[in-house]
Amino acid sequence: MPRTKENAYEEFVKGLWRDNPVFVQVLGMCPMLAVTNSAINAIAMGLATFFVLVGSSLLVSSLRRWIPKQIRISCYIIIIATFVTVTDFTLQALVPKVHKELGAFIPLIVANCMILGRQEAFAAKHSVRLAVIDALGMASGFMFALFTLGAVREILGEGALFGVSLFGADFEPWIIMILPPGGFLTLGLLLLFFSWVKERKQQMIARLAEAEGEAQ
Amino acid sequence: MTSESNTTATGSEPTSARLVLTLSLAGLLSGLIIVTIFEVTLPTITAYKAQELRKAVFKVLPGVASMKRLVYRDGELSHSDEELPEQEAVYGGYGADGQLVGYAIPAEGPGFQDTISLLYGLMPDQRKVTGMEILASRETPGLGDKIYKDADFVASFLSLAIDPEIRAVKKGRRSAPNELDAITGATISSKAVVRIINQANDQWLPRLAPSSPRGANDAEN
Amino acid sequence: MKQKDPRLLVQPAPLLKQRMTAAQAMRDASYALLPVTLAGFWFFGLSALLVLSASIVGAVLTEWFFSPADVRRERLWDGSGILTGLLLGLTLPTTIPLWMAFLGGAVSIGLGKLIWGGLGKNLFNPALVGRAFLSATFPNAMTTWAPLSQPGDFFHVHASNLALPFMHVEYDGISAATPLGLMKFDNESTPWTDLIMGNISGCIGETSGLLLVLGGVYLLLRRDIDWRIPVSILLSVAVFSGVLYATAPGNYPDPLFSVFAGGLLIGALYMATDPVTSPLTPRGAWIFGIGIGLLVVLIRVYGGFPEGVMYAILLMNAATPLIDRYTQPRVFGRGVKSR
Repeated sequence: MPRTKENAYEEFVKGLWRDNPVFVQVLGMCPMLAVTNSAINAIAMGLATFFVLVGSSLLVSSLRRWIPKQIRISCYIIIIATFVTVTDFTLQALVPKVHKELGAFIPLIVANCMILGRQEAFAAKHSVRLAVIDALGMASGFMFALFTLGAVREILGEGALFGVSLFGADFEPWIIMILPPGGFLTLGLLLLFFSWVKERKQQMIARLAEAEGEAQ
Repeated sequence: MTSESNTTATGSEPTSARLVLTLSLAGLLSGLIIVTIFEVTLPTITAYKAQELRKAVFKVLPGVASMKRLVYRDGELSHSDEELPEQEAVYGGYGADGQLVGYAIPAEGPGFQDTISLLYGLMPDQRKVTGMEILASRETPGLGDKIYKDADFVASFLSLAIDPEIRAVKKGRRSAPNELDAITGATISSKAVVRIINQANDQWLPRLAPSSPRGANDAEN
Repeated sequence: MKQKDPRLLVQPAPLLKQRMTAAQAMRDASYALLPVTLAGFWFFGLSALLVLSASIVGAVLTEWFFSPADVRRERLWDGSGILTGLLLGLTLPTTIPLWMAFLGGAVSIGLGKLIWGGLGKNLFNPALVGRAFLSATFPNAMTTWAPLSQPGDFFHVHASNLALPFMHVEYDGISAATPLGLMKFDNESTPWTDLIMGNISGCIGETSGLLLVLGGVYLLLRRDIDWRIPVSILLSVAVFSGVLYATAPGNYPDPLFSVFAGGLLIGALYMATDPVTSPLTPRGAWIFGIGIGLLVVLIRVYGGFPEGVMYAILLMNAATPLIDRYTQPRVFGRGVKSR
């Protein structure tokens, strides 16, 4: 029992950091770049993706014995598309303003390769419990990345966070940040930053190992 | 679900009939779910859209108490709530006494980046525009988006003569009742808004209340 | 293995050595820009000096900060950071807040050069990358032009220059229009004598056509730049705008105006000719120059912006590897076609 518990924790955490779908796997770039011009849009998109990914993983993993492998991709897509359509209508009814902002990108969640990727790579091969935990981790990691990008772009592009002005009326907005090029620029700089952090960490581990070797 | 297993399908090769059946079943279930959620959310969605439209119409036509959707059919305007494609509609605004105040006309056209769609109020008998509201646009943030963020620009549509036609002029050079100040730095977006309204006027003025007096140089093509 | 017999020296290419180094080329370009820089101070006063300093400091500090310690000295002393900062500063309006000029310099070096691997490896002209970033980020500040400073006003610094970082202060004076802006929005031409002498509003370094050409001639004589590039750009702009002018003289600017107005001269002589970002082959240089000329006329006449030199050069920079590939001379003795 303790072993599976550890396993589950590991499956959850890997999506958050080590195998982060955006910063490490560089998947799901379309929504990542398109709707992160403000923190609130990023969170809304993150939640929508969260719901679709967790729901799809749950269904795919519990049906994995009945899905013939020749048509598995079609079945995954039907499942994902159903969840996306449900999300689309629900958002339109509950939060029409957010839906208007996200616009065409909600239906495009179907094409988010991160979601299909998790079904094929994980949910189809693991128990329901692990599949859901994996989906929770990946979806949280995706949402974390979306939020980071959205927050940076909103702070620089509007001088605000969640619509609350941070610097007063004299702030000069960086207009490029709320335009598409700002998405590419910010994402590129964030990837740069994360690989720098990773490299530093590896260097430190190597140095520690070296020091230990000398001590012995 | 008894134990961990990595096989995804039965060991033997399934027949085509089984594959077709599985996919059809999946499609059927998915369709059922989608129809259900559509039926559940539809009333809320349409109610919201109607409410948004109502707000916009009341904003561009001052002094209106009720509105009616009017379509142009067989040479005259008639009331219809039915939404048919390829059919152009305007919204008639009526005062508290039931008298027609003016029309709110939806129009769209190319802007600097993408299509701008807007709604504007028109009083054909007074020959003037009474308000303008941008419904959707993707103009450049910080410059072109001033067509709805710049209060002065929006306010300049509150009472604007439509004869001979509306013109956007350089800021501070406004000299006639049919002219308005273009936004500095967003001349193209400002002119696009004006052009969209002028085109809609060309199209709708001959159809709306033909009994009202007309200007000599009214566009009528 | 070292050869012991000194009479026979065998070594790999290059066998011919030249005095010419990157640092020397950078110094030459800075000397060539000196007259027009001084003219900028003369025309726009102390503000111009401050803006130029801010962009140079931004560029050099970024170079210093992101360079590994072992190559830091060498990178700083090759002078490319200073030249990039200078070129960027010359394409900025004098009213721009100093922090923006500093940021522009940092972006030029950071995104325009270092991220590609440093000097000689960048795809785009660094100064223009910085300028493109600034004009997409702060479109208002990048298009507020001050009129020429009056005698006695030399030490006047615009309030907008001194805005705190991330903030803006409204420009305090009467804003002026550039010749290209007047042409685009009001269809007013500017006399070409004013364009040549520099008696016009605009960026710090795009005022006097005469001094820009003078510096360009110096670079040509020093053989620092390929003459084909500026010649093909200027000729193609003159030809394309001449054709338009011939069809409807009232609607389009005349060819002479097109060549001397705006940033065309500084772009054609100092930016498009950057050896790193322009084609290596003579045939490639002609294609490159004509492409820039065509794009400049297209953007100026049909685009939303009054000036298109920056985007024209950046677009052709992107096409440079492709041009080089297709204009490569045949390797000697290979692929001979019978004529």
